Amino acid sequence: MDRPKLSFFSIRRSKLSGDFIFEAVVGLFALGVIVLAFLLFRELLIESQLSWNTFGMGFLTGSTWDPVSEIFGALPFIFGTLVSSFLALLIAVPFSIGIAIYLSELAPEKLRTPLSFIIELLAAVPSVIIGLWGIFILAPFIRDYLAPPLSTYLGFLPLFQGPMYGLSMLTGGVILAIMIIPITSSVSREVIMTVPLQQREAALALGATGWETTRIAVLPYARSGIFGAVILGFGRAIGETMAVTMVIGNSPRISESLFSPSYTMASVIANEFVEATSKLYISSLIEIGFLLLLISVIINIAARILVWKMFKVEGGGRA
Amino acid sequence: MKWNKRRLIDRIMSILTAACVVIAIIPLLSILYTVIINGISAIDLDFLTQLPKPVGEAGGGLGNAIQGTFIVVGIACLIGLPVGILSGIYLSEYGENRFGRMVSFVADVLTGTPSIVAGMFGYTFIVLYFGSFSAIAGGVALSVLMIPVVTRTTEESLKLVPASIKEASLALGIPRWKTTLHIVLSTARSGIITGALLAIARISGETAPLLFTSFGNMFWANGVDKPISTLPVQIYTYAVTPFPDWHAKAWAGALVLIILILILNISVRFATRRKYG
Repeated sequence: MDRPKLSFFSIRRSKLSGDFIFEAVVGLFALGVIVLAFLLFRELLIESQLSWNTFGMGFLTGSTWDPVSEIFGALPFIFGTLVSSFLALLIAVPFSIGIAIYLSELAPEKLRTPLSFIIELLAAVPSVIIGLWGIFILAPFIRDYLAPPLSTYLGFLPLFQGPMYGLSMLTGGVILAIMIIPITSSVSREVIMTVPLQQREAALALGATGWETTRIAVLPYARSGIFGAVILGFGRAIGETMAVTMVIGNSPRISESLFSPSYTMASVIANEFVEATSKLYISSLIEIGFLLLLISVIINIAARILVWKMFKVEGGGRA
Repeated sequence: MKWNKRRLIDRIMSILTAACVVIAIIPLLSILYTVIINGISAIDLDFLTQLPKPVGEAGGGLGNAIQGTFIVVGIACLIGLPVGILSGIYLSEYGENRFGRMVSFVADVLTGTPSIVAGMFGYTFIVLYFGSFSAIAGGVALSVLMIPVVTRTTEESLKLVPASIKEASLALGIPRWKTTLHIVLSTARSGIITGALLAIARISGETAPLLFTSFGNMFWANGVDKPISTLPVQIYTYAVTPFPDWHAKAWAGALVLIILILILNISVRFATRRKYG
């Protein structure tokens, strides 16, 4: 107190240790986040060891899933997850980019916030409720109104052949598309909004219309970020469980037709985990879960790197 | 002529992109409409307060599932909120180093954890250890989904606190930890609460993590170490049966769940708008 200039060094011990304790405590909890991630991987890795030792790489390429004779191959589920997710992207990406463009560039100023809130509200609806709606509204709708014209006009493609009962790969893809539109469109919109105003002004000053400005000056600039948003949506689609489980038909086969039922990695876990009795059965399901986690993490990292790059470029441009 | 064509394309693209928005909103409206219409006709006081009845018996409700949802989400909050908020504080106040960036990165990556994988973790980590499905296992599984979200939102809202406020407090000789606790935290309080509420809203509707952690139960909760019924799992169980009576129950359950979640979401939106608007 008598040497104010050096106050930092003369602070009473208790003050210093107060800071030290506080930093240590919050740091410990931060460490907890890393420990959690470590445990997550470790648990799944250990519990799937048995399946890995039994089947090796054959687990990924085997297409037989037979709990009775204990032969487990995950290929039908990997196939179902990838195809349904790609189908979802095929449907969701044009819509998401359209939504992002409208809400960030073309819509009247007043409509932007409420409309984006409504679209993001869809992301708040629990997956099980979307699945319930999928079973009773969407699946019959697709069976009665979407599938007949598809098989009439595009029936020469193997994709649209065979009988359609409603619960199918197509229904799974559509419901996933509905579920990833909020995330893909809102991240794309954020990315587009990071495009510097000068880009737009330059195009507008040259006499470009609103759409031309978007096409020439905004979209090329935001391309990698939008790609990141799409990958983020893909990651969401791959991990999505309940809604897909309820509408995809849950049949472990690899079929060319989008009308036939399928099965995804997440759904087989949801359906069979509780009933799995033997150690090998459980271990195989956990290996599927581990693969799912691994794919999601890789996709997430890739997406974030792409989106981050956008925000950094923007920060640099302004400085 | 050329000018007209360009003008026309501009119009067409505006309309096309607006159509994308309209089409994307249709499923939401359809979901809300069907849940409300089907839910209202099946909901009554018994539904909210009674135990489920076996199939074929009229009446009964999901009182225990509603109770169970609050218990499991409560457990998830007890674990998830302290860990999330305190690590968020670390990241924003002390996180400018390699360790901080690593935590931040891991939290970001964890937000992409598939919910079913969180359930598996709850199973191998808690259920196998204690030898029984339990409310605790469900809460742990949900907290795995909650922690990264709360960590990041806390960090972001703390970073919005102006440095001048911190500096003013530090200049008065208040130690850094007191500054953080009393000045920084209280300034960022509404942002942190918003993040927490949104995380709660998200996990309240999760089904996949609970399927083989909290499992299900036909009776009232009788301890956190026992299997417990929850609303999302019960909706799923009823939805995939062939019984119309149970379908009606599923819709009523969906109505209760969606009301809980939408109230959380919309109130957060209005609270934050008033704050910044």
